[in-house]
Amino acid sequence: MDRKETTFKPIVIKANREAPHYWADMWRYRELFYFLTWRDIKVRYKQTAFGVAWAILQPLILMVVFSLFFGRVVGISSDGVPYPIFAYAGLLFWQFFSGSLSKASGSFVASQGILQKIYFPRLILPLSSTLVSLVDFAMAAVVFAGLMIYYQFVPTLLGILLVIPAILITVLTAAGLGTILATLNVKYRDVGHALPFFIQLLLFLTPVIYPVSLVPERFRWLLHLNPMTGVIDSIRASFLGLGDVNWGSLGTAFAISLFLFVFGYLYLRRFESEFADII
Amino acid sequence: MKPIIEVKNLSKVYNISHVRKPYHTLREDLIEVAKTPIRFLRGHRSDKEEFWALKDVSFDVKQGEVLGIIGRNGAGKSTLLKVLSRITEPTKGSAVLRGRVASLLEVGTGFHPELTGRDNIYLNGALLGMSRKEISRKFDEIVDFAEIEKFLDTPVKFYSSGMYVRLAFAVAAHLEPDILVIDEVLAVGDMQFQQKSLGKMEEISKGGRTVLFVSHNLSAISSLCSRAILLRDGRVASDGAVTLVIKEYMDSGVDTSYQAKPVKVLSKPRIAEVWLETIDGKKVTQLKSGDPFRLVYELDNPTMVPLEIAAAFFDGLRRPLWNFSHAMQGLNTLPTDRRLRVGLEFAPPQLTVSDLIVDLALGPKGGLPYIDHIVDGIRCQVIDNQEKLVLPRYPEWPILCPAIIDYKKVKE
Repeated sequence: MDRKETTFKPIVIKANREAPHYWADMWRYRELFYFLTWRDIKVRYKQTAFGVAWAILQPLILMVVFSLFFGRVVGISSDGVPYPIFAYAGLLFWQFFSGSLSKASGSFVASQGILQKIYFPRLILPLSSTLVSLVDFAMAAVVFAGLMIYYQFVPTLLGILLVIPAILITVLTAAGLGTILATLNVKYRDVGHALPFFIQLLLFLTPVIYPVSLVPERFRWLLHLNPMTGVIDSIRASFLGLGDVNWGSLGTAFAISLFLFVFGYLYLRRFESEFADII
Repeated sequence: MKPIIEVKNLSKVYNISHVRKPYHTLREDLIEVAKTPIRFLRGHRSDKEEFWALKDVSFDVKQGEVLGIIGRNGAGKSTLLKVLSRITEPTKGSAVLRGRVASLLEVGTGFHPELTGRDNIYLNGALLGMSRKEISRKFDEIVDFAEIEKFLDTPVKFYSSGMYVRLAFAVAAHLEPDILVIDEVLAVGDMQFQQKSLGKMEEISKGGRTVLFVSHNLSAISSLCSRAILLRDGRVASDGAVTLVIKEYMDSGVDTSYQAKPVKVLSKPRIAEVWLETIDGKKVTQLKSGDPFRLVYELDNPTMVPLEIAAAFFDGLRRPLWNFSHAMQGLNTLPTDRRLRVGLEFAPPQLTVSDLIVDLALGPKGGLPYIDHIVDGIRCQVIDNQEKLVLPRYPEWPILCPAIIDYKKVKE
């Protein structure tokens, strides 16, 4: 932090702080953001026996289980591509999303000690949780590349470029929803209990196990209200050659994810000032 | 030149609910809304009460001034620091801080047990507002001060509590903000380290930095600060030269019972009330030398965990007299009740002091770390004291003074 920069901008404390300061503060506290993320990544891979292996094993095991049950036993359609890679493409983003969401939702309660003693823009916490999951995602993505080679799929250039908006939408959705739930969790601790159940439910409302084409045409718009539908659908289309990318769906996903993020931010801002008093 | 800190009519109100619950659940609130929709819509519930932790507090601090803030427990000192550190928002009024602020309301905030000493220095430094460059520049100095070179790459969960505290203080002591806000951090570590910390504090305060310093340690306040503010019931009761303000504080003297601040929700055990009484249960405001007396605690235990209590007795200048500790006396943990009254009966011989100060503590099984610790919880005068007789004082600290203990469940 540059000393001069802050010395000449007096800090004004009064009731109902305004928003512009908030984003200035987000920038001012960027190093803290970096350190908190760094801490979580470090601790995450330190505390576990398998460390890095977890990031790869989780989606891989789920893929095997899903392939056996839903692919073989139930015989769910996978739009003509081998079920394992079909499921993995979905799981790759689903795991990223659900991991970020659950970490972000617990982030305030987990850091209550810091929240009571130190000021910083609280939005940093759910955001940094999302970034931690990005590391897991990167490793799981390597496995995806391996599967692509094994099943002999060649991604289109468009597909590779699509990864960026796909990650962005996932981050915005998880951080937005996570911020709302984390804020609620400060006041109502039962949110923490309900969350795993909620995430499980979401899995079935997202086309991870099944393709979008399995849903009857007239209900499909409902599925597209879930931003993760647009993400997974377009990644599958472009990486596994399942037709054209549905731009409408991807656009909707982006709009909804942005809305969730802005809503989460506003909701947090409304209660942030009381955190230290009730946590 | 404008003052570096300008506080104007700063006020903070807390709404307190009288329902004793560790925390809300969404389910309960929904049920409540269903039961009393009209009351909910009007936005207030009948069991709420306002509590002004700060009321119209105004003062200025000049660049380089070291300001002490004193006052009884619950007078608003901590709330003031919290507002100035931006952890909580004021309800009314404003404060302008012209400079970089670092607040130290606790040592070792954000320390992660799994990370090494080295990692924690960076993490804690960042939390306290240091940049990476700044930390790297001061790194060796910090390690030197904390005396932990050998354990730099050991996770701090393997540190002794002394090492932990030394490291935490060392990081904090090397902050270089324009304004430093400190809450009672000197009460850490062993005597030797406390001396070292005090020395460091002196160095900081002489280095032209502006410091706000809250402490119960009046001798530390008087040696570090030039000016002090006395808070009473959330208001500024006195503001001026440190010697005068301390004198006023001492004269306002007796505070023969302790009552915890009301809180919105009760999430962990705490000391709710403490008072002194005679053997036959009459509350007293002064003690008669030679008479046995009872120190009575009322404890809230919302989580119903096993608890232990401790009490430390000092004379008026906070020179240690004697000590009572649940665990050291070989007593079992207290019965778990939501609210429990514990009486300690002391029968000391003639007291040779004119004032008695009692620190109160509540801990888990084994005693430490404290869940609740009230420094200066009770102050009272001793009458008919034998000060003039030059009797030997109580032997060297720490001495355990046996007490007869009794319990009673309190109905809610």
